[in-house]
Amino acid sequence: MKASAGGYARASDVRQALEMLAASDGSGRVLAGGQSLIAAMNMRLSTGDILVDISRIEELAGVRETSDSLWIGALTPHAEIGRNALIRDHAPLLSQAVGFIAHAAIRNRGTIGGALAHADPAAEFPAGVLALGATLHVEGLDGPRDIPAEDFFQDIFETAIDDGEILTGISIPKAASDERQTITEVARRSGDYALAGVCLVKRSGKHRLSLFSVAPKPVLAVQAMAELDRGDIEGAVRALQADIDPSSDTQATATYRRHLAGILLRRAVATIQGESE
Amino acid sequence: MTGLFRDKVDIALTVNGEPVEARVPAGQHLVDFLRASLGLTGAHASCEHGVCGACTVQVDGKAVRGCLMLAAQADGAEVWTVEGLSDTAEINDLQEAFVERNALQCGFCTPGMLIAVKELLAGGGVPSRAEIREHLSGNYCRCTGYEAIVDAVETVARARAERGAA
Ligand SMILES: Cc1cc2nc3c(=O)[nH]c(=O)nc-3n(C[C@H](O)[C@H](O)[C@H](O)COP(=O)(O)OP(=O)(O)OC[C@H]3O[C@@H](n4cnc5c(N)ncnc54)[C@H](O)[C@@H]3O)c2cc1C
Ligand code: FES
Ligand code: FES
Repeated sequence: MKASAGGYARASDVRQALEMLAASDGSGRVLAGGQSLIAAMNMRLSTGDILVDISRIEELAGVRETSDSLWIGALTPHAEIGRNALIRDHAPLLSQAVGFIAHAAIRNRGTIGGALAHADPAAEFPAGVLALGATLHVEGLDGPRDIPAEDFFQDIFETAIDDGEILTGISIPKAASDERQTITEVARRSGDYALAGVCLVKRSGKHRLSLFSVAPKPVLAVQAMAELDRGDIEGAVRALQADIDPSSDTQATATYRRHLAGILLRRAVATIQGESE
Repeated sequence: MTGLFRDKVDIALTVNGEPVEARVPAGQHLVDFLRASLGLTGAHASCEHGVCGACTVQVDGKAVRGCLMLAAQADGAEVWTVEGLSDTAEINDLQEAFVERNALQCGFCTPGMLIAVKELLAGGGVPSRAEIREHLSGNYCRCTGYEAIVDAVETVARARAERGAA
């Protein structure tokens, strides 16, 4: 089908984009890579939006490091996340995640900020930034706000970004030298959204475990994390079942997703242990 | 609503090396603009939600989905389609290999395949068959099957590597 848009304007900086959103009487919609939004417009899931195109705002792209963290601009495309050396060194989970996301041509235009703001419960980056303990930076006409990943994802396709605000970037603590990070998932075909997926980080002996496609939003599996910290992997696999809340759809049943979650956790633990030997 | 927002957008870009100026509807896809306004019907509009790859074109050096980019967003861009890349002979070896190996039947997927493959091979070297399949995982072929396509790509990658080494 063909998209229908209520209007279009391109912003050249964040301030201008925020003013455009404010001027759009509530029907303004941020357009970044368009790889979810234009697809939704084509399917008429979204009609009449006034598009505020932020894709050329230079200050929102790129990756920078400070002594203890990485800043990733919201407009950094998936393909750049996959090949960026700073990310590979300091947040390898995100580099690995890119291989699971969509296809090459979509990764050329889709942006990490778009994926986080879109908050698909089956998407890799939201669960990834949750496991990494990232901070999300948003900005409105009233100024900037920082939101911990734990508070950012609220429900299916729902985040803590308020109307009129833009996600500008994320900050991620740099991985320690002995830190291990991994992401794994099961999908029917390469590039499909996951049926279930797991991100696991082991930092100074403590674990952070997040899952995707097993609840309306990415889940930090706190009960399973406590078992992993105790070294009880089977206990973690059992505890995990209370952390997640999968549903059934045309792709997989809830029971199958629960089964996959346990298998993927065992695989992730094996990967991390294999790496540290 | 204020005059900030346009339902028709003026764009200036280059398509296959030629400058183009146009006024496009705000919601028009790049692929529809190329097909309907410029008569470049090589890239196809098929699923129109990013799944099949038939609409793949090259924008600023990268393969992108023509159905997931608005024509309005192509303002200032350098766009290449299979027509232009055929004229410059840049992908002639690929096209010949596709014909040679019967890597197309109806040809509907072929323009998108060629642009996706062009990007893969621009990286240099000879990708493994698994890498070729992975790179083409977003380009569906409903009649030929993928074996012959992978063969054709592998043949060209090897030939180019040999030419490069010679
Ligand atoms: C066939 C196909 C397969 C895919 N498979 C996967 C997959 O396996 N895993 C996966 O994670 N994704 C997948 N995607 C989605 C892809 O990763 C998108 O790129 C991503 O979800 C959205 O990023 P975008 O930059 O394209 O955002 P857009 O499509 O431009 O925007 C998406 C939403 O976020 C909002 N938004 C975007 N940027 C901002 C911002 N900076 N501030 C505030 N709001 C913003 C928009 O208003 C819109 O509501 C797939 C897409 C397709 C078409
Ligand atoms: S028509 Fe664009 S991907 Fe199918
Ligand atoms: S040759 Fe017919 S779809 Fe590929």
